[in-house]
Amino acid sequence: MESVLGRYKNLIVLTAVLFAQILGLAVQVKRTTDTESSRLIRVWAVGTVTPFEKALVWIQTSTGSLWHNYFYLRGVRAENRQLKDQIERMRLEQVRMSQDADQARRLQALLAFKEQFISRTMAAQVIGSSGSEQSRSVYIDKGEKDGIKPDMAVITADGVVGKVLRVYGSTSLVLLISDQSSGVGAILEKSRLQGILRGTPAGEVTLEKVMSDETVAQGELVLTSGGDRIFPKGLPIGTVTRVFPGNEGFLNIRLKPAADLSKLEEVLVVTRIDEKQAEPEKSNPGRAVDILAERLPTVPPKPENAPAGTATAAPSGTTQNPSASTVSGTAVRATGGANSAADPQVKPKTPAPASGGLAARKPAAPDAAAPGAPTAAGNPPAKILPKTVQPSAEPKPQPPAPDQDNPQ
Amino acid sequence: MAITYTSGEQVEVYRFSLPATILIPLVALFLQAWVPLRFHFFSIFDLPLLITIFFAMARRSQIAGLLTGALIGVIQDSLTHQPIGLYGLSKTVVGYGASSLGVKLDAENAGARLLLTLVFYVVHEVVYFLIARGLVSLHMEWSWQHELWSGLANAFLGVVLYAVLDRFKQRT
Repeated sequence: MESVLGRYKNLIVLTAVLFAQILGLAVQVKRTTDTESSRLIRVWAVGTVTPFEKALVWIQTSTGSLWHNYFYLRGVRAENRQLKDQIERMRLEQVRMSQDADQARRLQALLAFKEQFISRTMAAQVIGSSGSEQSRSVYIDKGEKDGIKPDMAVITADGVVGKVLRVYGSTSLVLLISDQSSGVGAILEKSRLQGILRGTPAGEVTLEKVMSDETVAQGELVLTSGGDRIFPKGLPIGTVTRVFPGNEGFLNIRLKPAADLSKLEEVLVVTRIDEKQAEPEKSNPGRAVDILAERLPTVPPKPENAPAGTATAAPSGTTQNPSASTVSGTAVRATGGANSAADPQVKPKTPAPASGGLAARKPAAPDAAAPGAPTAAGNPPAKILPKTVQPSAEPKPQPPAPDQDNPQ
Repeated sequence: MAITYTSGEQVEVYRFSLPATILIPLVALFLQAWVPLRFHFFSIFDLPLLITIFFAMARRSQIAGLLTGALIGVIQDSLTHQPIGLYGLSKTVVGYGASSLGVKLDAENAGARLLLTLVFYVVHEVVYFLIARGLVSLHMEWSWQHELWSGLANAFLGVVLYAVLDRFKQRT
């Protein structure tokens, strides 16, 4: 007996080790939830490897920041100028979009929609990967101690990255959307077709469950649908690169992820998503005309005896429109809450047909901007509107504008 | 490329110091997890597999080879989100096979190492694929072209790596 054991010792050990691992595998596969049976091994392994990764990333980041902050400053002035120009353009864009958003909120409020929005995120550094082509996941340097929990969404400024799968003390494992076991509720931006986003074994990203009789254009943007209760609605996922017929009457849609999943360095973990009833914006940050007015050259003050109505040259139709009172209220709100409260002519905000409001504001904008320009240091331009855009039911004499516009 | 059949007495059996035994696999695992973040193409390499093959062929002990493979594989599994055991089982088989061949073949020259690494890489991938499909029901695709190219890349890297790691060998 001993000779048999001695003779086949190697094979017996091999069989025992293989059997033990297969048994362990079977136990893990049987459990559908997170495999707590292997938790201890994972914690040890991750705890052994990730400190080195953290240290190396720290050294790399420190060296990089030293280089970029102190040595590599060539072209910073030119870049600064470009960025300022970009900020100007984006401010104008922001105002335009905030008006659209305000309109959308009013409509949503009318329909009693509930909207989701990201209320808190946490920046995290990507410190390592799983190191396997079969497991497309990365490690970040934030964990349980930082308040990270499983199933939190992970994004970048470009788009969706993945979700937190496992959380350890000071690190977390993030499953990328390109992994075959991931799934994200998605919607095509223009056609509004919904599907499920999955990774392929080759690491590509596909949109599934879109019927083959639908038309999907290349280059169309794909957004999160919010249906998975992990990713808030409307985050960019990627663009359609290829569409071809798939199995069982569905299309096979390949995507190029919006976020570069092969070069992840910093990500944002969405730690809180709030859901609330949509309501119209209480205060508007500004109007496009105000921002344009700040950029216009100084215009001399108007003569004292000039008629009030000619100051702004607002279309007369605007003042006679019943909805104009609302428009003026919106315009005044643009200057800030304090100013609005001080102005006796500001009417309380009332819901108004959004299209009417926007349409009424547009003609008044260019002319209203110029007289306000000299006081660009304050925030005066939009205050001129209340003088001209009067509620038709309450004709009042105009108060002297300069007292409010220019405190100095 | 000379692969010579030798008797057990003719081949050299090496051992390694304790720090080398622990640190070399750990460094390999660390690099495997860290480098692909910066150089994406690096994910086709399997450094832990190369280390398993190297230790198994140098020690020429089947039990030591399979245990080394099992341990490295399990740690590699722990860093992924897949069930623990996929890499463990594959590397156990490779560790056993490499040490078995190491007893019979003189795998000290570059040609033999290149060929053996290529063969064991493919064996590793086949075992992984079978376990993943058969036991864990993972959806996987097999591509001979991809596996052969990856195998060749790993084999060339292995030849260089083994030459470096030879410095840590100690004669028994």
